[in-house]
Amino acid sequence: MIMTVELQAPAVAATPQTASRPWAARLARPLLGLLLPLSLALAWELAVWAGWSNGRLVPPPSKVFTTIAELARSGELTRHITMTLTRVGIGFGLGVAAGTLLGGICGYWGLARRLIDPTVQALRAIPSIAWVPLFILWLGIFETSKVALIAVGVFFPVYLGLTGAILSVDRKIVEVGRVFRLSGPAMIRRILLPAVLPAYVVALRVGLGLGWMFVVAAEFMGASEGLGYLLIDGQQLGKPAQIVAAIVIFAIIGKATDWLLEIATAPLLRWQDSFARQSGAA
Amino acid sequence: MLQLQSVTKVYPNGVHALERFSSEIQLGEIIAIIGGSGCGKSTLLRAIAGLDRASNGTVTLDGEAIAAPHAKVGIIFQEPRLLPWLTVADNIGFGLSELPAAERRERVARALERVGLADKAKVWPRELSGGQAQRVAIARALVAQPEVLLLDEPFSALDAFTRKDLQDHLLDLWADTRPTLILVTHDVEEAVVLADRVLVMRPHPGRLFEEITINLSRPRDRNAPLFEQFKRHVLTALDRSLDRTVPDTQGRREPGGGLWW
Repeated sequence: MIMTVELQAPAVAATPQTASRPWAARLARPLLGLLLPLSLALAWELAVWAGWSNGRLVPPPSKVFTTIAELARSGELTRHITMTLTRVGIGFGLGVAAGTLLGGICGYWGLARRLIDPTVQALRAIPSIAWVPLFILWLGIFETSKVALIAVGVFFPVYLGLTGAILSVDRKIVEVGRVFRLSGPAMIRRILLPAVLPAYVVALRVGLGLGWMFVVAAEFMGASEGLGYLLIDGQQLGKPAQIVAAIVIFAIIGKATDWLLEIATAPLLRWQDSFARQSGAA
Repeated sequence: MLQLQSVTKVYPNGVHALERFSSEIQLGEIIAIIGGSGCGKSTLLRAIAGLDRASNGTVTLDGEAIAAPHAKVGIIFQEPRLLPWLTVADNIGFGLSELPAAERRERVARALERVGLADKAKVWPRELSGGQAQRVAIARALVAQPEVLLLDEPFSALDAFTRKDLQDHLLDLWADTRPTLILVTHDVEEAVVLADRVLVMRPHPGRLFEEITINLSRPRDRNAPLFEQFKRHVLTALDRSLDRTVPDTQGRREPGGGLWW
């Protein structure tokens, strides 16, 4: 007995410690990813500055930043961003709620799955943008139809991710719950929910990505505010810098919301991260 | 006392997994069930655990019929089946959620100490070795203080050294509270090292073939001549059980039991 314990001891020492890594090394890794886009931007800036291109259709970074700064100064930027964020927020919330509810029911309850899932799958085959004319007729040209479109886009990945995750919960783990005589609700709370969580978080992130995609489509259909409106406006008035500025802001906010979602769910998935930690340290 | 009365299991696809299996097992006995594949070993164990219901016959523990998982019956599977989202300590305490937190913590700490993993309390299961994980599974089953502990080939996925170590460790733990152990195994040496009685089963349909009592005192010396003799005895019985020309042992045959051919 004692001998074995001693033999197994070195395995502990092999586990890498994140905390002991110097902060500089931890910071350098993400910075590495910035190298390529930054040098491309810099090269283009130089090219325009040296007069190799007039930069009219492809504005140099400095011009894009000036545009952003101007928009920010006039307060317009905040207005557009707030509008778009509100739409994505409400649409995402509704899509997640519907996807989670229906996905949960269909994943857990076989009869509901056989009743509902074929219809959902058939609806999924329709490109969501195809709903736009109908939504406009039904819900009007204003906010409701836009939010509905975003919600539809978010719904499907969340629904699919959740049903798939519930169906693929390991039967052997469920059996552990049975051996310990868990009641139905306890089985859901203590076995199914934690087992499903990693796939569900991925589904939420995919859903959020689609939400950002669909907000652009929604704002193309007759909006007077929002980042998508900035795109259309830039096209119609021939202001490429404004288009690129809107794109850059989309990228930043989209990434930021995804990152927030990741951070918010990270404590729940701490048990999963040991692989990432190990390969990260390698 | 655990009573198995002509336990029969026919699966919906028509496979006769188990045919009229009867036995009486006293509290504190260690039983090894051994046999070729398809002899219904695991089916029997799952029926005792209450995970699958027998098609016919009854399993009773202290006079109480078992039809669903029972508080007094614990099971350890071939894989540790730890919940990856719980730390080692929380895994061990998983079945104790009805106890007050202080008592649960105390019992978990004692169990961890007992399986020699006190320093692993806060570790995630994926960071454990195979042998360590199976120790946690043993601790999780034993901490609920079962009267009957079922083990379904618990060490078959481990290397020879770890396996031998865990066999000794299991006996050591068993001595604490002396529950009934029922162990399904493929390993003749494991059966002879651990068991008071070895039940040899034969397949198609799964049924009892021979019962061998191992009256060796513990701890058992794996190199003793008598140990070798018992091993050979079990091996011979195992070989005979797979030989279709050998009829079922007369005394064990139940009416109709041999007519399946």
